[in-house]
Amino acid sequence: MLALFYFFVAVAFAIGIWQVNRLLTYRVIFKEIKDGNKIITFQNDNNPIATEKDNDIQGKFFMIFLVGFYLLMGYCLIFLHDIMLPDAASIEGENYDNLYTITFVLIGIVQFLTQALLYFFAYKYRGIKGRKATFFADSHKLELIWTTIPTVVLAVLILYGLSIWNDVTDLEGDEAILVEVYAKQFSWEARYAGRDNELGRGNVRNIEGANTMGIDMTDENAADDIPVRELHLPVGKKVVFKFRSQDVLHSAYMPHFRAQMNCVPGMVTEFGFTPKYTTEEMRQQEDVILKVASVNEARVANGEEPYEFDYLLLCNKICGPSHYNMQMKIIVESEKDYLTWLNQQKTAKELF
Amino acid sequence: MSAHHHKETFVTKYLFSFDHKMISKQFLVTGMIMGVIGVLMSLLFRLQIAWPEHSFSIIEAFLPERFQSEAGVMKPDIYLALVTIHGTIMVFFVLTAGLSGTFSNLLIPLQIGARDMASGFMNCISYWMFFISSVIMVISLFVQAGPASAGWTIYPPLSALPQAIPGSGTGMTLWLVSMAIFIAQSLIGSLNYIVTILNLRTKGMTMTRLPLTMWALFVTAIIGVVSFPVLFSAALLLIFDRSFGTSFFLSDIFIGGEVLNYQGGSPVLFEHLFWFLGHPEVYIVLLPALGLTSEIISTNSRKPIFGYRAMIGSIMAIAFLSTIVWGHHMFVSGMNPFLGSVFTFTTLLIAIPSAVKAFNYITTLWKGNLQFNPAMLFSIGLVSTFITGGLTGIVLGDSALDINVHDTYFVVAHFHLVMGVSAIYGMYAGIYHWFPKMYGRMMNKTLGYVHFWITAIAAYGVFFPMHFIGLAGLPRRYYTNTNFPLFDDLANVNQVMTVFALIGGAAQIVFLVNFFMSIYKGKVATQNPWRSNTLEWTTPVEHIHGNWPGEIPEVHRWPYDYSKVDENGEYIFGEDYIMQTVPLKAGEQES
Ligand code: HEM
Ligand SMILES: [Cu+2]
Ligand SMILES: [Cu+2]
Repeated sequence: MLALFYFFVAVAFAIGIWQVNRLLTYRVIFKEIKDGNKIITFQNDNNPIATEKDNDIQGKFFMIFLVGFYLLMGYCLIFLHDIMLPDAASIEGENYDNLYTITFVLIGIVQFLTQALLYFFAYKYRGIKGRKATFFADSHKLELIWTTIPTVVLAVLILYGLSIWNDVTDLEGDEAILVEVYAKQFSWEARYAGRDNELGRGNVRNIEGANTMGIDMTDENAADDIPVRELHLPVGKKVVFKFRSQDVLHSAYMPHFRAQMNCVPGMVTEFGFTPKYTTEEMRQQEDVILKVASVNEARVANGEEPYEFDYLLLCNKICGPSHYNMQMKIIVESEKDYLTWLNQQKTAKELF
Repeated sequence: MSAHHHKETFVTKYLFSFDHKMISKQFLVTGMIMGVIGVLMSLLFRLQIAWPEHSFSIIEAFLPERFQSEAGVMKPDIYLALVTIHGTIMVFFVLTAGLSGTFSNLLIPLQIGARDMASGFMNCISYWMFFISSVIMVISLFVQAGPASAGWTIYPPLSALPQAIPGSGTGMTLWLVSMAIFIAQSLIGSLNYIVTILNLRTKGMTMTRLPLTMWALFVTAIIGVVSFPVLFSAALLLIFDRSFGTSFFLSDIFIGGEVLNYQGGSPVLFEHLFWFLGHPEVYIVLLPALGLTSEIISTNSRKPIFGYRAMIGSIMAIAFLSTIVWGHHMFVSGMNPFLGSVFTFTTLLIAIPSAVKAFNYITTLWKGNLQFNPAMLFSIGLVSTFITGGLTGIVLGDSALDINVHDTYFVVAHFHLVMGVSAIYGMYAGIYHWFPKMYGRMMNKTLGYVHFWITAIAAYGVFFPMHFIGLAGLPRRYYTNTNFPLFDDLANVNQVMTVFALIGGAAQIVFLVNFFMSIYKGKVATQNPWRSNTLEWTTPVEHIHGNWPGEIPEVHRWPYDYSKVDENGEYIFGEDYIMQTVPLKAGEQES
């Protein structure tokens, strides 16, 4: 595939150079006309204004371009499908995926139709000498149509989108597990709220020794907090994250869960979701298998270890030179495994 | 300021000229030089992202040794520096000053029928401030620790703390100084444009007889005046935070092993201030391009632009809405989710006038008699990329959907198509179309064709697949993706995109050759080569002070009387165009 592509590139390039070469003949030549007068002409007597022949050729090029563009769009939609993110791994993400599908189908249809009209008209109405263009300056009916239709469609999208937005941003209430995610150049840390499910206050002014997150140990909620370096989440339970940053802006991006929130120094931000599949279950999902296969194809070609799927937390806000390598693994497991793991971790009080 | 002849020296003619036509050429050439720098930078960092760890002799030759981690491989912070300066240069220096500066200066007096700008002096100052700010921006590339590297959005604290990234030292200071001058330049220019359009229109040139180009440039200037000062204040406050220890944007920061003495500020405030300009800025970039193409599409379709009044309405609606949508860049910034809902609403509203514009362009082509001059090809290309890029705006503007694509390559693909490529196409269209007005000669048509087709293929080749690596979750501004096995299968796509970028870059050489050769060797232009209706084509080919040798012509009709026929179906004046200066024939209805 890639070889074919390079071949086309080479051909296109060669044609380009050939054309440029041919055209750079601005050379002035002198012609002797019958009566002996010398006149100056250009060897390439190029009419700078489009002729009928130009219109014909360029009009056809537009049609060819349209076909090529359709092929490109089709290729991307079909063959690049495997490399895209798998279906959402959180309950809230299901709605996200629905809205996503609806929106993409809609804009896809509009894209295919309008591009077709644009390039087809360019081809169909390419200039011919003597043909009269139609003087058509206005039509309130048409304009009404294409103001109303987008308005209605967008109204539907807005309403659906806002209802989803309200759901995902509503973190009030019931029994969520509270986790603090703490960002700094260039790594992540986390803290579980412990038995009381309340996080103790944190501030960079308390950073000292092992207390790298600046937990305020004078706050009584802090003693049972559990600082960790790896995120474990129980499947099927709502988790609410509180984000803090130690230095610059970061963004906690968990693409498989359709979750992202900036980490802002001087402020606590929040986001939440409910994991739907354990890591193990996720590895068995059809599109994850496809994705992993596609990754491993590339890795084998480079002689690298095969890759196994894991949930990830990435940094998605430019935060300094090593922004490109700021990640933390997320493990989703059964509630039992999660509790076992959590109980093995030391509390803040034990640690400092 | 009449047509009589001043004594001109080299200095008053070429350097400190007050003549709007000369100033527009100065803007254009400066913008082009900055454009070459900006594009070369993008090619360098595209090489890095496609073939990380690979050593390139061009990088070895281009970048100072201290910017290379090993011979021929750029350092991560230099990658970010290149991205930052590329973005800054393309958005502000090429597509704001280079595009709007060039064509506002050239066309406003000519199309409204004025002898010059309201203030030639301010115009001259405005150019030289632009020149100085360009020079400072270029100088910042040579700073020891590297130029600004916090992204063109320069979010603090990253941009405020040299401890966080080396480019936030002297490099960032120069960036801020350069941009402060740039903003002042832009304000002076914009005020001049507004005043000129409002006051200096010739007799008969009512607001509803203005070409759409004028409307676009007029409204652009207004948006600039409204929004640029806010960026200025953001830059000023940032300078205070950086240099005088204030805490407007900074709070609770621990870096380099110590707590910094900042308390109570918020980076989110900066984001609000930045995007209050930042979003209108994309329309400052885009509207002039749309204005130019409106004119070009109508002329070369030999048809009136469809829905002239609707187009004016859309321009005004876009301008108004563009000042109340900035929050769509901040859905996950930690701002109140309810505010996010409001911004989703306003943002999706702005899709409506944009859609109207796109449909109106397509309808203008319908049943036309299309003349495919290079300018026309680029205009059609613009409509295509504007639609492709605009549609993905519906995804990004919806807060619920933006959560997962924010700051990924999906965004990069979106804004390059809708703003970058579209506006560049508009700029090229404008250059091909008005070159005869600027230099009195014609550009080579066939080179123009070659330039367009290679560029069009390359642009989609780079930016269409880019959506999909974004949907794969790839964050932007990553120096390399090799630390995530998750992204290993995107390497091929990245390489293909880079190859297309190199081809597209090479195609611009064709343009540069054509442009500079044509200045000296192009065919001498006739007065109205495209058989166009607007006033600029009534001036002589040779540039003179005051534009018209005699009286300024009077205007009798709107600019879009192409292919207007009488009741027998014959052209009213025997030609398929009627210039604005032609009085109505007895019995003719004004369109
Ligand atoms: C040769 C053509 C171009 C190529 C290959 C190119 C490529 C890129 C890429 C890959 C990025 C993203 C880097 C990243 O986020 O990691 C980028 C950033 C950017 N580009 Fe371009 N670009 C081109 C032309 C343009 C044009 C015409 C504009 C004008 C609007 C533009 C404006 C920007 C901006 C504003 C950014 C954001 C910079 C930032 O993230 O700080 N680019 N470019
Ligand atoms: Cu980061
Ligand atoms: Cu915006």
